[in-house]
Amino acid sequence: MVKTFSASSSRLSRRQFLVNSAAAGGSLVLGFSLPVDGSAAAAAETFSPNAFIRVSGDGQVTLIMPYVEMGQGTYTSIPMLIAEELEVELGQIRLEHAPPDEKLYYNPLLGVQATGNSNAMRGAWKPLREAGAAARLMLIEAAAKRWGVAASSCHAKAGKVIHSSGKTLSYGELVGGAARLTPPKAISLKTPDRFTLIGTSAKRLDLPGKVNGTALFGIDARPSGLKIATLAQSPVPGGRVKRVDDTAAKAIKGVRQIVRLDDAVAVVADHMGAAKKGLDALKIEWDDGPHAALTSEEVYRQLEQAVQGRGAVAQDVGDAEKALASAAVRVTASYRLPFLAHATMEPMNCTAHFHDGVCELWLGTQAIARVQAAAAKTAGVPLEKVTVHNNLIGGGFGRRLETDGAVRAVQVAMQVDGPVKLIWTREEDIQHDLYRPSWVDRIEAGLDRDGRPLAWINRFAGSSVVARWLPPGFKDGIDPDSVDGAIDLSYAIPNVHVEYARVEPPGIQTGFWRSVGPSHNVFVTESFVDELAAAAKRDPLAYRRDLLAHNPKTRAVLDLAAEKSGWGTPLPQRWGRGVSLQKAFGSLLVQVAEVEVATDGSVRVHRVVCAMDCGTVINPDTVEAQIQSGVMFGVTAALYGEITLKNGRVEQGNFDTYQMLRINEAPAIEVHLVSSTEPPGGMGEAGTSGIVPAIANAVFAATGKRLRQLPIDPALLKT
Amino acid sequence: MAFTIEINGTKRSVDVDGDTPLLWVLRDVLGMTGTKFGCGMALCGACTVHLDGSAVRSCITSIDSIGESRITTIEAIAATPSGEHIQKAWLDHQVPQCGYCQSGQIMSAAALLNEKSKPSDAEIDDAMSGNICRCGTYVRIRNAIKAASQAQGKRG
Repeated sequence: MVKTFSASSSRLSRRQFLVNSAAAGGSLVLGFSLPVDGSAAAAAETFSPNAFIRVSGDGQVTLIMPYVEMGQGTYTSIPMLIAEELEVELGQIRLEHAPPDEKLYYNPLLGVQATGNSNAMRGAWKPLREAGAAARLMLIEAAAKRWGVAASSCHAKAGKVIHSSGKTLSYGELVGGAARLTPPKAISLKTPDRFTLIGTSAKRLDLPGKVNGTALFGIDARPSGLKIATLAQSPVPGGRVKRVDDTAAKAIKGVRQIVRLDDAVAVVADHMGAAKKGLDALKIEWDDGPHAALTSEEVYRQLEQAVQGRGAVAQDVGDAEKALASAAVRVTASYRLPFLAHATMEPMNCTAHFHDGVCELWLGTQAIARVQAAAAKTAGVPLEKVTVHNNLIGGGFGRRLETDGAVRAVQVAMQVDGPVKLIWTREEDIQHDLYRPSWVDRIEAGLDRDGRPLAWINRFAGSSVVARWLPPGFKDGIDPDSVDGAIDLSYAIPNVHVEYARVEPPGIQTGFWRSVGPSHNVFVTESFVDELAAAAKRDPLAYRRDLLAHNPKTRAVLDLAAEKSGWGTPLPQRWGRGVSLQKAFGSLLVQVAEVEVATDGSVRVHRVVCAMDCGTVINPDTVEAQIQSGVMFGVTAALYGEITLKNGRVEQGNFDTYQMLRINEAPAIEVHLVSSTEPPGGMGEAGTSGIVPAIANAVFAATGKRLRQLPIDPALLKT
Repeated sequence: MAFTIEINGTKRSVDVDGDTPLLWVLRDVLGMTGTKFGCGMALCGACTVHLDGSAVRSCITSIDSIGESRITTIEAIAATPSGEHIQKAWLDHQVPQCGYCQSGQIMSAAALLNEKSKPSDAEIDDAMSGNICRCGTYVRIRNAIKAASQAQGKRG
C-alpha cells in the first residue's frame, strides 16, 4: 500500500479517505490505497506516458513526486511545472510519493535519487515540463483522432481537449486512445509570456493537512500490530555494549523486549512512554573504544595543523604569493567554525517490519533508494525484497539524506516479531547526528595603495561530506561542495590561490547540513572582504561595489539591497548594518542584517533585507518563505549553534543546551526579487549561508569587534 | 492502571502506568498522531494540547494528573472558535513549511486567542516563544495570529 495524500477534493478521494479513516479505527489518517504495480495499472484504463504522470479513466490526474517535501514547497512547485504544460488545474491533481527507483526518479544534477543541494527545481525545470507537455500532446492527438480532425485545430485546458468547433473531451475519456500512442519526439515548451501557473503564488498543496493534524510524517506510520521502541547508542563513537542489566526495565508495564546490538540497546514496548521509562531503567556498561578521550580542542588542533601545511589546490589564478609580497598592506586572519547538529523537529525515526525474508519500511527520507539499499544490506536480503514507504518529512536539512535511522530500525526489527517503530529521543538525535563539519581557515590578502585587493590566499581544512556520501564526487583532494563559495569569487581580484585539506575528525561522521560548504566559505570570504574594506578604510558595501565593476548582474543585486535596506542611514548607538554577497546554488543573494549589541554582549538581529536574483521564479511566495526560513536557520547558527566534544561524548543534548531561535528573537525579513527569465536557481539553502557573515559584519559595524569564530560569544562584545 | 479521560468530547479509557505522558497515550495508545513529539521536556511545544482551553505540553503531562479536565487536540481544534480562525489564518498566510511543529503552534496560538482576543506583539512573543519552528516560520506566525485576532473580533 502506498501512503499518499490528495490535493483534490474529488469524490473518489473523499470516499477513499473515509474508507481509510474507518479502517484506522476512527483516527484521522489521510492515506490512500492505490494499485501502483504495473499489472494493475495496465489492466485499468490508465494513461501513464512517463514516470511522473498517471491519468485514470475517471479523469483523476496523479503526479508522482520525484523530489520529497520537507517544507521547501516542492510538492507545490513540481506540480506547477507539470500542470503548466499538462494543462490541468492544481486542484484537479493528487500527489504520490515516488517509490525507490534510481532509474526513473534520479536527480539529474546529483545522479542519484535524492533531494538536496537546493537543486530540485534546477533539475526538474526542463524534464518535468517536457513530461507534462508530452502527455498533453498525446491527449490532444487522441482527441483529434477520435474526432477525425487535425491536432492543430485542438488545444487543451483544465483537463480537457477542446476543438475549435467548441466540442470537448475530458482527459479521462481520452486515456485509452492516448495510451496507444507513441510519445512525441519534438516538444516545444511554453515561452514565459504564456505561463499561467509558473510565476504565481499558488497555494501550497500540502498545507491543509498540516493545519489539522492529518498530514502523515514518517513518525506517524502505524501498521497493524505495531510496537514502539527507543534506544541508547554508544555515547562515544566506535564504542560497544559491554554489559546490560535489564531487570528493572523488563518489570515496567508495557515493556515487551530488550534488544541488544553491538553498539546500542533498544527497548521495545507498547508505547513510547513505556519504552522511554524502560530505557531510563536500563543499566548499560559501555566499552568506550578508541575515541574515549576525544575533545573539541583535539579536533581543532588537527585542523589548525593542517592549514599550516599544504592542501589540494582548488583555484590558482595569477601568482598570489608574488603579488602578496609586493602589496602595500597585508591582512591576515584565522577563522574557525564548529560542528552543528541538524535538530529536525521530527526526531530520527523509522518503522520496520522484517519477516519471511522481506523487509518493509516507513519513514520520511530525502534519499529513498539509498534507504532501500542500506536496509537490504543490513537485513541480508535482495533489494527487491525491501519496500520503502516515504512520507512527509518533518525537517530534512540534509539529515534525512542519511540511512542510519533506517539501518537501526532494521537491526531492531530483525529481532522483533511484527512491525516496530524506532524513535530516537531528542538527546539521541542531537548526540548521534552526522554533523555539519567543523573548519579552520587561514586567509591572507594583499592590498594596493588604494586598498584594492591584489592577492588572496585562503587555506582551509575540514571534513569532506561528499567523499563519504558520493565518493566519485571527491577527486584529486577536492569536492565541489567543500570549496563552494571559496573559489570563483564574484569580486575582481587578480591573484587568487585557494587550498583545501581534507581532514576527517576521529570517530565523528559529518553530514550535509543546510547550505553545507557555503555555510563555511561564505562566512569566511564575506567576513574577510569586510576586513579588507576596514583595512582600506572604506564603506564595506561601496568597497564590494567597486570590486564588481566587471559584474553588472551581481552589482544590480547589491544595489537593490543597498536601496531597500537604507544602507548608510543613521542607526542608534551599538546598532550596526552588515552586508554579505553570495553566489551559490545557482542564485545570487545579497543580505543586509541590522543588529543591536546590548551592553551585556548579547546580539539581537532586528531586520534582514534580502535581494535576490534566482532566475525564473516559479512560486514567489515559496521563494519568500524559503528565504525567511534560511535566514532563521542561519541566525540560529550564528547565535547558538555549536556541538562540542568532551571525553568522546557530545556535550549538548536537548533544546536547553542546543538552542534554537525562538519567535521572540526572530527578525523582520524583507525579500526583494530581481525579475528574470533565466532558468531557476536554488532557494532552499541560500538564506542560511549568507546571513551569518552579514550578522558578523553588522556586529563589527556596531562594536568594532571582528568575529572570527562561531557561535557569537557575547563575552567578547560586553562593554 | 486504567484511566478514563475526555478527549475532544469523547471519553476514552486506557490502561497504562499513571506517570505515562499524555503525548504517548494520544499517539501510540489511541492512534491520534496529529500531536507531535519533539523533545520530551516541554522545551519545544510540538506536543501542545489544550486542557480546559489552556495550552499544556502533553509530553510532561502525566495521565494521572488530568482527572476531569477536557482535552482538546489538533484533530478537533477546528470546532473551537479561536481554532477555526487560527487554522484559516494559517492557510491564508501559508504559514507551515515542513509542518511538523505546526500542530503545536496552532494549539498555542488558539489558546492565546482564548485568553486574549487582541494580543499585542509582546503578548504574541510571550505566548509563542515556547514553540520552536526549525523552518523559521515565525514571521508568518506573527502575521497569521494578528489576522486571526482581527477576524475573530469582527465576528464576535
